[in-house]
Parts: sequence; structure tokens; C-alpha cells
Amino acid sequence: MTEHAPSGPAYVPRRAARDTAAGYLGGVAAGLAEHLALPVLWIRVAFVASGALGGLGIVMYGALWLALPAATRDPDLAPGLAAASRGGRRPGTGRRLADVGPAIALAALGFGALLLLESVIGRGTVFWVLALGLTGVALIWRQADEAQRERWRDSGGRVDPVRALIGNGGWAAWARLLSGAALVLTALVLFALRSGQLQVARDVLIATLLGLVGLLLTLGPWVIRLATDLSDEREKRVRTEERADVAAHLHDSVLQTLALIQKNAADPAQVSRLARAQERDLRTWLFEGDVVAGTLSAALAEIAADVEAEHAIAVEVVTVGELTLTERAHPIVLATREAVVNAARHSGATRVDVYAEVAGGVLSVYVKDRGVGFDPAGVAGDRQGVRGSIVDRMVRHGGAAVVTSTPGEGTEIVLRMPLEEGKS
Amino acid sequence: MTRVLIVDDHAMFRGGVRAELSSEPARAAGVEIVGEAADVDSAVAAVVAHRPDVVLLDVHLPGGGGAEVMRRTGPSGPRFLALSVSDAAEDVIGTIRAGARGYVTKTITGPELVSAIGRVAEGDAVFSPRLAGFVLDAFAGAGLSADIAAVDEDLDRLTEREREVMRLIARGYSYKEVAKELFISVKTVETHMSAVLRKLQLSSRHELTRWANDRRLL
Repeated sequence: MTEHAPSGPAYVPRRAARDTAAGYLGGVAAGLAEHLALPVLWIRVAFVASGALGGLGIVMYGALWLALPAATRDPDLAPGLAAASRGGRRPGTGRRLADVGPAIALAALGFGALLLLESVIGRGTVFWVLALGLTGVALIWRQADEAQRERWRDSGGRVDPVRALIGNGGWAAWARLLSGAALVLTALVLFALRSGQLQVARDVLIATLLGLVGLLLTLGPWVIRLATDLSDEREKRVRTEERADVAAHLHDSVLQTLALIQKNAADPAQVSRLARAQERDLRTWLFEGDVVAGTLSAALAEIAADVEAEHAIAVEVVTVGELTLTERAHPIVLATREAVVNAARHSGATRVDVYAEVAGGVLSVYVKDRGVGFDPAGVAGDRQGVRGSIVDRMVRHGGAAVVTSTPGEGTEIVLRMPLEEGKS
Repeated sequence: MTRVLIVDDHAMFRGGVRAELSSEPARAAGVEIVGEAADVDSAVAAVVAHRPDVVLLDVHLPGGGGAEVMRRTGPSGPRFLALSVSDAAEDVIGTIRAGARGYVTKTITGPELVSAIGRVAEGDAVFSPRLAGFVLDAFAGAGLSADIAAVDEDLDRLTEREREVMRLIARGYSYKEVAKELFISVKTVETHMSAVLRKLQLSSRHELTRWANDRRLL
């Protein structure tokens, strides 16, 4: 795992959550596995094993299901990607058919655990009544869970009580709900029948209690998670508003650029410069999310944007590895800027490729153009820029710079700087 | 003749590509457009109907993205060249892993696109500098960390030569320049790139998933 930079984001406490996307039942085991950094299989086996030994695992699973909030598997995507995900234009994870196999195995194990319990407790109807009732409640709960998950995807803020239970689900949702209710009812009826007339009073009391518990459990998903949902929604709204502000800003900038382009239609160089600047701006916002300030890639992106804005040249930046910029890396960034500006000014090329790589404690930057080139040996005093700002600067700070150029083919400048500290 | 199908949900972009590929130099290079499609369903239908050699495939496509088209046309289908405006590494790598033979950005020039189509049609891989960067990133940990599962050891590593080829492409070298720089033939460069593509498509899920997670942390 990557280590956090010292100047990284503020400390966020790690809270366990259910991973509803990866789970079979409620995602409790998957969520726990992620939280505890253990293989999910271990957790599942532990649950099944402790479930078989007296039902503790089942109770624990149920309790955790109740208590843990479902994780919003909705990472902070850049708006373009988020929109594409919502519109189903990106490859989604979806339900995998492979999930069915383990689910069946789990069900079989659970059934075995039931039989074991039955042989321990004794062959009584009470047990089956309890099992039926619990299964019913679990089914309803599962459905409410699904509906809760769907609510996140729903952009409208209003929560309709029917939709809260059913979500967008079709027959499957209704089937789950109805069979759950039917099971709970059957359990109650069975219980009443079995108790006969002898202890009517006590049985009715117990039946009512059971009904109440069932009702509570059924309503549980919303009651317990109402607070969580509220804060989630508030957080989401803040984020949406923030995005809307930026969208408005970009909208303006795009419109402004288009207006400028129409005015400058006769000047192709100006038009392509405007279009390129705008494209970079939009692309960054749409697909790259937040660029962390003070990193190598942020610094190179800034250089590219600046040079593109000032010169008629496209700057293509590719970064491998990441680095929080330190004092040590500063000269190489300045030298890179100088190299890119030189290429823009003198090469006559339409594109510069910048490739930066952090590997083995060395930061290397390659700046390549396919312009007119020059003869490095025959450079007189007029190329002070290369010698003074690039080669000498790198050497002074313990790095190295190599300039390769062939007249007619282009120039490549290779910059290297060892990083004794601030390794990523 | 290379029969090309254009799949993109933006009619304007399809029009632009069609204009570029209908120009005289493109036709001289043997590119012929046999159809267009705007989403996954129509793309699959068009592949069946037209039997193109190469499909220019948008990464973001209604109905499940470009990867879904490749999944549904199966391994015996045409060759796919991903064409994307999205710079998101997950999308690009995801599409390549689904079976695309290459990936180029939409800012590519007409002649470059024609030559990329030609390469893909011949069965070679096409890496843009950006994709080469992603590949190096994705495999960066594999060569250094010792805790990789031994099962996929061969797949999870790029050889030094393959890494060198990828690095040169990321630096903006053309295939010919890569060949010259490394004193090998263009055919050998293509062999290396096909090997990298195969490793990218087959290597262990574990390694690349971890890479994706790491990126999100950055």
C-alpha cells in the first residue's frame, strides 16, 4: 500500500461498514474482512462455524447487519466519470453469476447447521416456528436493504414510503417482501395452534410480543439508519452544490472560449490555442478528479497548461509513479519548465512529449520534440538557456542533464535527479 | 481493404472520424467504413451484420461501455481499437483488459489514426504514450515487490526489454524510432508490444486491482 504523505488529508477514523456490493447476504462478512484486512473467506467460515455451534454466529451476523451502516460504494468520481457511470456507459461490476455457487454452498451449510441444532435442542415445533419467523424477517430485511441501496442511486431527494421498502425492484422485491410477511404470519399461526387452549393467555402475550418484535425488526432498517441517511444526504448535497458551482464556472469558461473562437475564426493558430487550453481545462475537471497540489503530476500539469496557453504547441504529459514535491525535486521541475519552453519557442514542432518517472529513488524527466533540432556541439553563446538554466542548474543540485539533438529530427532532453529523501 | 466500423455515441464525433477516414490518403491506405453504431446493442448487431476487420470503439458507450461490446461479440469477433476522450486509467485499462488491441485518444490526427487502424488490422498492438504510461504504472510494483503470488509470476512482470519499449513509447517515440534506439527491427518492437498487451490482458486480477486501489489513494 502506498504510504500517506505527511501533508496528506486530515485523519479520518476508520469505521467498519457493510460492503453491500461484495456480499452474498448483507455484506457483513465482506465489510468486516475489509475492515480487519483479513481474507473474506476466513470471516465467512468463522460465521458459519460459530453459527453451527449454538447459533452464536447467526446472532452476531444479524446484530452486525443491524448495527453497521452500508458502505456507499460510490467513490468520489470526477463528474464526467460519475455521469458516465450513472448513464450505464462505463463497464459496471454488476451481479456476477459466479456468486451463485458460494451462495448455494453457504445455504447448504446453514441448513446443516439447522439440522444440527435441531438434533441438539430436540425435535420440537418451537424451533421450526422460530426458524420460519426469523427467515421471514430476514427476507423483509434483505429487501429493505436493497431498497436502501437503490435510494443512493436515486437522484431525487424525496423518500416515498412504498419506494423505501420496494425500491425500484420489480417482482423479485415484491416476492421477497410477501414471502417474508407470509413466513412471519405462518410462524405466528403455528405458534398459536401449537399452544392449544391451556395457556392461552401466556401464548397470546408471547404471540403479540413476537409480532411486535417482528414489526420492530421490519421497521428497523429505516429507524436505525435514519440518522445515518440524513447525514449522508447532507454531505451529498454539499458535494452536489460544490460541483454545481464548478460546473457553472466551467460552463462560463466554455462559452467564453467558443465566443472567442467565433471571433477569431480567421486565425487558425489562435483558434487551436484556445481550443487546446479549453480542452485541457475540461478534461482535467471531467476525468481526473482532484489533482493533489504539491505533487509531481500537478506541477507538470501546470507547466503544460502554462506553455500551451502561451505558445502554439501541445504538451503531452505522462507520469509514472507519484511524488510529493520536496526542495530536492524543485530544480528538476524548473529545468523541465525551461526545456518545455525552449521546445515551444525554438523547435517549431506542434507537440512536446513530457515523460516523468519515479523509480528506484531517481526522478527522471524526458522532454522530447520533433522540431528543427540543432547541433549541440556547435552551440554558441546564444543558447545560454539550455546551458545555464538546464544543464548547469541540474549539475549544481546534484543531478544530471543530457541534451540530444539532431538537426531536422528534433531534440530530447533527459533530466535526472536522485531523491535521497521524500521517496514515494 | 480494411473494413472499419465506428462505434461512438456522439454523432458529431462519428461524422468527424468518417470525414477523416474518407479522405484520399486514408482511402489510399485501404480504409473503408462499413458502418456506424451508437450503443452496445447496435454495435453488436453491426458487427454481426457487417463483419468488419477493425472496430473503432468508444470507451464510454450506453449499455455498459465498450468492454460490453467486446464481451458480447466474443473472442472470434473483429479486432478492437479503443478510442477515448476519457483519461481515467480504470476505463482505459479496463477496456484493454476486455480485449481491445490498442488505445488512442480522440485528439489523434487523421494519418496517425489510419496507421493505428492498419496496425490493429494486422494483429499488432497499438499503444499511445498515455497507455504506455498506464501500463508502466500498473506493472511498476510487480518488478520490485517480493510478495507477489508465485502463480502468476511470469505474467505479472514485464521483461526489461518490454519495459524499455514501453518507456520509449511513453516518451513519444514512434515504433521506428524505438527500433532504431534499441537496435532491433520494427517487427521485434511489435512482438514486444504484443507480449505486453497479452500480459496486461491475462495478468492476475490481484495485482492490477491493487494498483487501481493505490491510484485512488494518491
